[in-house]
Amino acid sequence: MAYQGDEILDEITNQDYKYGFVTDIESDKAPKGLNEDIIRLISAKKNEPEWLLEWRLKAFKLWQGMEEPSWAHVNYPKVDFQSIHYYAAPKPKKQLNSLDEVDPELLKTFEKLGISLEEQKRLTGVAVDIVLDSVSVKTTFKEKLAELGIIFCSFSEAVQEHPELVKKYIGSVVPQSDNFYAALNSAVFTDGSFCYIPKGTRCPMELSTYFRINEANTGQFERTLVIADKGSYVSYLEGCTAPMRDENQLHAAVVELVALEDAEIKYSTVQNWYPGDKDGKGGIYNFVTKRGICAGDRSKISWTQVETGSAVTWKYPSCILKGDYSVGEFYSVAVTNNHQQADTGTKMIHLGKNTNSTIISKGISAGYSNNSYRGLVKVNKNATNARNFSQCDSLLMTDTCGAHTFPYIEVDNKSARVEHEATTSKIGEDQIFYCNQRGIDTEKAIGLIVNGYCKEVLNKLPMEFAVEAQKLLAISLEGSVG
Amino acid sequence: MISIQNLHAEINGKAILKGIDLEVKAGEVHAIMGPNGSGKSTLASVLAGREDYDITKGSVTYLEKDLLEMSTEDRAREGIFLAFQYPVEIPGVSNVNFLKTAINEIREHKGMEALSAKDFLAMVREKSKLVELDAKLANRAVNHGFSGGEKKRNEIFQMAMLTPSLSILDETDSGLDIDALRVVANGVNKLKSENNAFIVVTHYQRLLDYIVPDFVHVLYNGKIVKSGTKELALELEEKGYDWIKAEQGESITA
Repeated sequence: MAYQGDEILDEITNQDYKYGFVTDIESDKAPKGLNEDIIRLISAKKNEPEWLLEWRLKAFKLWQGMEEPSWAHVNYPKVDFQSIHYYAAPKPKKQLNSLDEVDPELLKTFEKLGISLEEQKRLTGVAVDIVLDSVSVKTTFKEKLAELGIIFCSFSEAVQEHPELVKKYIGSVVPQSDNFYAALNSAVFTDGSFCYIPKGTRCPMELSTYFRINEANTGQFERTLVIADKGSYVSYLEGCTAPMRDENQLHAAVVELVALEDAEIKYSTVQNWYPGDKDGKGGIYNFVTKRGICAGDRSKISWTQVETGSAVTWKYPSCILKGDYSVGEFYSVAVTNNHQQADTGTKMIHLGKNTNSTIISKGISAGYSNNSYRGLVKVNKNATNARNFSQCDSLLMTDTCGAHTFPYIEVDNKSARVEHEATTSKIGEDQIFYCNQRGIDTEKAIGLIVNGYCKEVLNKLPMEFAVEAQKLLAISLEGSVG
Repeated sequence: MISIQNLHAEINGKAILKGIDLEVKAGEVHAIMGPNGSGKSTLASVLAGREDYDITKGSVTYLEKDLLEMSTEDRAREGIFLAFQYPVEIPGVSNVNFLKTAINEIREHKGMEALSAKDFLAMVREKSKLVELDAKLANRAVNHGFSGGEKKRNEIFQMAMLTPSLSILDETDSGLDIDALRVVANGVNKLKSENNAFIVVTHYQRLLDYIVPDFVHVLYNGKIVKSGTKELALELEEKGYDWIKAEQGESITA
C-alpha cells in the first residue's frame, strides 16, 4: 500500500502543537467563581456606567435559569463554572505609545507566533488591536482611521468613549437570553473589540485583532461589535493561537455584526487554539456565538473561517437577512485531528424579499476526530424569492475519524429556492502516488491536495490571511512525514 | 540507462512478474506488448515505485543506482516519468501550480534554483504547443473534468515539462481516437533524443505506427517470452496473441 491509514494516522498524531508555550506576565486576578459580586467587581474595575452593570446582572439572572446545551455532536467533561477566574488583567496597565513600552515578554510571545507587531505595522497597513487575556494592551493605526471617522478600539474604550453606540447595539443581534454561553458572556465579558464605520465610508485597511488566551484557568469572554453604517464597507480579520495547557480552557465569545442599508461586512477568522494533546487531553473549549444582521436593504455579510484548533468547537456564524435583497455568505474550512471535536456550521435566516445566501463548508477529519456540519436555512413566509445554495463537503484522512452533516431546512414561502449538495471523500492513495511520481513528496502532496480541496474557501480570505491559513492547514495535516 | 534483472513481483501473495529481464539504453524506444493480464501495467507501476507490489526477487539498476531502494518521488526526481493509464484528478489544484511544484522539487533535488515565474510560463507556452494542448487546460485543475483524450495529452504535456530521462507510457493509446493518438505520438517523437529513452506499454500495434520502436517485447504470464524488432509487432497484429499463448503452452508441455 502506497499510503496506509496507519501511517497517515502516525504522521498526524505525531504532530505536536507548534505554538505551545506560556508567557510569564504577572496577572491581576479576580477570585475563582461567579456571583453578583464578581460581576460588580468586573464592572467596577472597568469603570462602567450603571446601565451596563444592570445589563450584565440581567444576563446573569437569565444564565442562572439556563441549562448547558447538550444537542451538539460533541462529548466533553462538564465545565465547572465556579472554578474559573472571570477577571484577569496584565499588571502593567499604563498607556503605551510605542512598542518600546510594551512588556518585552509579550513581544517575544508574538514573535514566536510569527506575528510580531513590528512586522504587522510594516505590513500593508493592518491595524492591530491585541487582546491579551482580557485587557487591550495596544492599539495601532487608530489616528489614521479616526481621520475617516472610523472607530476601532477595545470594547472597554468604546464603553467609555462611545456609550450611545454601545448602548444602542449591544445585544441587538445576540440578546442576553439567546443561549447559555451568550448569556454567560453577557454577564462577565471583560473586553473585546468595537468597530464603527460611518455612512458611505470604505474602510481602507483590513482591521485585525489577535486574540490570545494566556492566563491558566482564565475563561475568556470576548465581545466584538461591528457596525457598518449605510453604504459603508469593512473587512475584519480575527486570528488566534493559545499556549499549551493541561487544564481545559473555556472560551465563550460573542460577536455581533450590524450591516445597515447598502453596507457590507466581511468577517474572516483563522482559528488555531490549542487542540489538546494526542490523547485528547487539555485543549480549548470554544463555544462561540457569532451572528450578523443584514438590517438594511441590499446589505451583505460574509463569514469566512478556517478552524484548525480547539478541543471542542461549537460555533455557528449566522446571518439574519432582514433587509430586502440582502446577502449572507458562509465559507468554512474546519480541520479536526487526534481527538478534536467540532460541531460547526451556520444559520441563514431569510426574512426580507429577494434575499440570497450561500454556504460552502469543507470539513477535513483525521485521527480519531469527529467533524460535524450543522446548518439551518430558514425562509420566513414573507421572504419572497429567497434563494440559498449550500454545499457541504467532507474529506476523511483516516478510517478512524468521523464526518457528519446535519442540514436543517425550514421553508415557509413557496417561491423560495433552496439547494443542498453534500459529498464525502477519502484522501486518495492514487492522488498521493500521482504527486509522488511527479517528484512531489507525500507531505507536500497532502498539503497540495488539501489546499486544492479548500480552495473555494481560501480564495475568500484576504491575501495575508490566505497565506497564514494555508500554513495552518499544512501544520495541521502535513505533519512529520517519514 | 536501465537494466532489469530477473524481476519478480507479487500483489497480495499473487505472483504477477515472474522473472523479467530487460535492458534499455539511451536513445532507444522499447515497446512492451502482451495480452490482458500479462503484467504489462504491473511492470510500469513497479518501475515507478507503486508500493502495492512486493518485489520478491531480482534487481533494477537505473543510471548506476539501485532503483528499488529509491522512493517514488526520488525516482521521479532522478528522471523517471510514468504516463498513467488512468491519470488522476486533483480538484482545486491548477495544472500550472502542480507542475511548478513538481519542477521545483526536481530542481531542488538537483541542487538547482527554483524556476522564475517568467521562465516557467514561457516553458508552459512552448510545451503546450507541442501536444496541441489548449492553454486553458493548463490553468484548470489537474485532470479535473478533462475528457479522456485531454487527460492523455496532459500526461504528455507534463512529460514535456519535466524532461525525464526514462519515460514509461502505460497504455497511453487506450481510449484515444486516431487524431488524439497522432497528437500524442507526435509529442513523444519530438521529445525523443539520444539522451532519453522510452518504454511504451501497449496492447495494440496501432500506436507503434506512430511511435516506431527499436525493440518489441512480448510479455506473457509475467515473463518476456519473445523479443524482436518492429516487425514482431506487425506479426502480432496479424496473428493475435493466441499464437504466443499456443507457443507457450507447447513449450510448457514439450
